[in-house]
Amino acid sequence: MNRPSLWEALRGVVRRDLMLAMRRRADVAMSVFFLVIVASLFPLGVGPEPAVLRTIAAGVLWVAALLACLLSLGRVFTADYLDGVLEQMVLIAQPLPVLVVGKVFAHWVVSGLPIVLLSPLLGLQFGLDGEALGVLVLSLLLGTPTLSMIGAIGAALVLGVRGSGLLVALLVLPLYVPVLIFGAGAVTSSMAGMGGEANLSLLGASLVLSLFFSPWATAAALRIALE
Amino acid sequence: MYWGSVGEFLEMGGYGLYVWTSFIITALGLTWEVVALWRRRTAAIADSRGIVRSIE
Amino acid sequence: MNWSKYSAPLSFYPLAGNMIPWFSALAALAMAVGLYIGLLVAPTDATQHDSYRIIFVHVPAAWMSMFLYVVMAIWAGIGMGLKARLSFMMAQAIAPTGAMFTFIALVTGCMWGKPTWGTYWVWDARLTSELILLFQYAGVMLLRTSIDDLRRADRASGVLALVGVVNIPIIYFSVQWWNTLHQGASVSMTAAPKMAAIMLTAMLLMTFGFWMYSIAVVLSRVRCVILERESQPAWGDPSSVPEVAEAR
Repeated sequence: MNRPSLWEALRGVVRRDLMLAMRRRADVAMSVFFLVIVASLFPLGVGPEPAVLRTIAAGVLWVAALLACLLSLGRVFTADYLDGVLEQMVLIAQPLPVLVVGKVFAHWVVSGLPIVLLSPLLGLQFGLDGEALGVLVLSLLLGTPTLSMIGAIGAALVLGVRGSGLLVALLVLPLYVPVLIFGAGAVTSSMAGMGGEANLSLLGASLVLSLFFSPWATAAALRIALE
Repeated sequence: MYWGSVGEFLEMGGYGLYVWTSFIITALGLTWEVVALWRRRTAAIADSRGIVRSIE
Repeated sequence: MNWSKYSAPLSFYPLAGNMIPWFSALAALAMAVGLYIGLLVAPTDATQHDSYRIIFVHVPAAWMSMFLYVVMAIWAGIGMGLKARLSFMMAQAIAPTGAMFTFIALVTGCMWGKPTWGTYWVWDARLTSELILLFQYAGVMLLRTSIDDLRRADRASGVLALVGVVNIPIIYFSVQWWNTLHQGASVSMTAAPKMAAIMLTAMLLMTFGFWMYSIAVVLSRVRCVILERESQPAWGDPSSVPEVAEAR
């Protein structure tokens, strides 16, 4: 029997994870609901004045998206870890980093993409319009996969550890800071008339870097966790 | 010596509170670390002795 | 000389013990001279007057906080590459000292900020980066204590330290970027006074003193870690350590 190619292995992992996610559609809804709730808390805390909300919109929406990503990290590897499937993945002949990319991509489709799709509505709630909305969506489109890739490192490190929910947040948030700065910065500079290109380029660069380096770190962390 | 008197030295040109707080906190930090380490060492030796004795 | 025999923790123990007094003495001497020059001899600064003297602890502490993180990551990397227990123990021993210097850098930074900028906390590039560095130290230490299995704890916090060390320059760049984004001219506490040679001397002496102190403290802590870990009979006979053997 022929060994499946790298590409087929990747597709296989993605398909499997997406199919499993389809059976638990609540997961998609959870990310979305969380995002909406957190974003709604800020006007409740700060007051409904439009000028203020416009000023804080970029930061608030990006932090809310970041927190939603953070909370969803518990689901990247845990189910497969408990099933023993993760051990199998580590043992088979395919390179683990590639399988990691597949899993994280599927996880992003379920947890991150809904955030991107919902963001224009939330942006409108905060008084963003036109170009700023477009930049917001684009920044989240580039940023949320990066957050998923970086977050996977943390998720792998704390597999099976007690108190891992809070611990993963502490581990991952310092790594999230640059993405937050570039993402929120893109929207802010677009609103200030300076255009979001510089920050968006930095976001793109972060995405590419994370695609190259975090799968290796995640794979190493998975092996350590499974020994 | 830059200062004219001990009083001037403690005053630090009016910034005494900030300058001395900084140096005192630094000194406290280093001292605390050394003391904590000494206590950790004493405990570790005592534990090791206990284990060695229980093996015999 | 055969250095590789010192890679066994119980062999390294006495070597470390012999080195500690020397580094402690160097530390005390350098800090004493540095403080003497910085506090008693150096002239005042034109713009910041005498509050500038805080740099004699703030800057060395900040430098040490970053330097120690890098060294910790290097030891973790060596441990993972060579599968050497002692390397992981060194990484474990460095973290608390690095975290303490980060804390000192933050507090002294606040003390400097108040007379200079009017508020205790300023969101400038260096202080914000130091704050995030403190979180990274906390993460490495907490990850280690959260994992019960020693071997897994070593390697997991090793991976985190290596990932974190890559993050440090990225944080630096992105926080400076963020500063210029929001303020035009960057508010920078690194705009230190034009340093007269004597001020620079005092600062370098203090840095050297902190560095010697760090080595002494880390060696001392790694000896504690060795005792704590090697007390498992399977790994070695702790009674080869003189203080333990004395008890008999």
